[in-house]
Amino acid sequence: MSLIVANGLTKTYTTGTVRVEALTDLTFTIDRASFVSFIGPSGSGKTTLLNLIGALDRPTTGRLLVSDTDIATLDRRAAAAFRGRTVGFIFQEFNLIPVLTAYENVEYPLLLVQHVAAAERRQRVLALLDAVGVAGQRDKYPDQLSGGQKQRIAVARALVTNPQLVLADEPTANLDRANAALVMSTMRRMRDTLGTTFVFSTHDPRVMAEAEIVFRLEDGRLMGRDIAGAAA
Amino acid sequence: MTTLTKIAVRNLTRYRRRSVLTASLIAIGVIAVVVFEAAAGAFTGLMIGQMTDAMLGHLQIHRRGYVASIDNLPLTMMLTPAEVAIVEKTLRAEPEVESYSRRLKFGGMFSNYTETTAIRLNGVYPDEEVRTLPLLASRIRQGTARLTKGEIVIPDLLATGMGVTLGDTVVVIATNRDGSVNAAQLTVSGVLANITSPSGRDGYVHIEDAMTLLRMEAPEISEIAVRLKDFDRLDRAAGAVRTAVQQANTSGQAGEMEVHTWEGLSPFYNVAVLINILALSATLGLVAIVLVSVMNVMLMSVYERVKEIGTMAAMGTMPRTILGMFVIEGLSLGVLGILIGDAVAAAAILVINAVGPTFNFGRETGLVLSPHVDLGQMLIISAVVLLVAVVGTVQPAFKASRMDPVEALRHG
Repeated sequence: MSLIVANGLTKTYTTGTVRVEALTDLTFTIDRASFVSFIGPSGSGKTTLLNLIGALDRPTTGRLLVSDTDIATLDRRAAAAFRGRTVGFIFQEFNLIPVLTAYENVEYPLLLVQHVAAAERRQRVLALLDAVGVAGQRDKYPDQLSGGQKQRIAVARALVTNPQLVLADEPTANLDRANAALVMSTMRRMRDTLGTTFVFSTHDPRVMAEAEIVFRLEDGRLMGRDIAGAAA
Repeated sequence: MTTLTKIAVRNLTRYRRRSVLTASLIAIGVIAVVVFEAAAGAFTGLMIGQMTDAMLGHLQIHRRGYVASIDNLPLTMMLTPAEVAIVEKTLRAEPEVESYSRRLKFGGMFSNYTETTAIRLNGVYPDEEVRTLPLLASRIRQGTARLTKGEIVIPDLLATGMGVTLGDTVVVIATNRDGSVNAAQLTVSGVLANITSPSGRDGYVHIEDAMTLLRMEAPEISEIAVRLKDFDRLDRAAGAVRTAVQQANTSGQAGEMEVHTWEGLSPFYNVAVLINILALSATLGLVAIVLVSVMNVMLMSVYERVKEIGTMAAMGTMPRTILGMFVIEGLSLGVLGILIGDAVAAAAILVINAVGPTFNFGRETGLVLSPHVDLGQMLIISAVVLLVAVVGTVQPAFKASRMDPVEALRHG
């Protein structure tokens, strides 16, 4: 049932002669279709961990299985292919492509990553834009949209490929309270509908409250695991 | 591909000012090269045409060593009648040959009874000469090029200097091969404009008068000037004629002969080569402009879009797709510059043609420059620019495609 299995996971960066251990001996599992948050202060290793889970980076030691794939064994192309079929990303600053409309941004991974046929593409993009409540903004460019609209489009883009896993790095950090709640409820609804696993990194209490499982990180170490919004 | 092109074009319009500036720079380079090459081509074409159609012919056949001694106009290095017959047979059989003209070249003294000066003369069969040099008639300032026996056509410098006009009687004195001197009284039937070339100030007499003057019983020929049907097939035709005369020599039918194209006979060839080098330099300048400007703009484009590249990579976009996107962007910039450049260059050439600027070259005045739009040349220049635009884009595009997504996403 576990989608993510980490065992003795360590990530070390070396800058010149300085060696920094960003993650130290992490061991945890995350089940499919769960709504999980990693919390911790800045520099605690949240983003590094999400990068490893998303195959953007490789662990220094330890084992990390995501959807039965050993992340450490993936080269650049294999990692890209893995991300394209398994992972959706939501970023703090939305990271929409500015020269593409809302529709085209959501369509991008289907078109240029998964090479889905036009008719199916159109149906999936329109359905998701509708589901996240921005169908009316489909022809607008990112600079014509509000922060909440941008993030909902980013959610649609992350989900349009039907990934098993969505990684969201501080997804509400740049949103006001209302938009943050809207985005979180959208993601939860998507999880309920599609069975997608959502993993967040955050220090936003509203996100923590939404999470079913909260892992606490400090200085790259896993300090605790709280269930059903009981994190403190 | 369509989507990548769409993204590329939108990114170019996103940085409109920069894109327009770069495309303009490419366009200016294209305009400069296309117009320069058209003008240079028109100039060299005009000059080569003047030389080949009014004086040299496209190629010439001589006894071996004659051209090296041509300043002395030696009478000891002539083609015998038998050899001339072999050459004529070869030329008549060669499909590339339009016509030929046999010439007996010699030097002598020219006298108007009060003054005497040196003169270089061609003894020719007038019909052959006029057929082989279609622009010869245009060089005639007074009289006719179709001289008959007892007539002489003289260069205008000589006519002016000696105060000789049409119908005047003059005397030509020449020394023959055996060293004896002979003279002939001739009537001036034509005055010929000079051409800026070593033999551009030669006069003409009928070949039979030349034979009489030089006490030849049978016509011995110094050179045979040949006109081809298609000047563009010069090398092929010269090769064929050369092979034929070599075979005649090998079989013992004739002595050693040489076939020279106009390039080996006229110093203007060096000017033409220099002009070609200048055109090549201009093209290299264009290459540098395109390379530097496209590489610069694409590097800026990559640095400004690091986070965007990271996002694309995070979504699973393959490195080759990212590479393709940037290459198409650079290519689009090149295409834009080419389209503007070619259009403006074509318009400029048409305007130059309409204006018809004139120029002087040596003693030739009022030559009209008529450049034309050479689509083949434009295509070559455009292809070079496109290729260079791609080369200029490859490094930045490769950089983008190899970017570490974690580092890229961290980029502010």
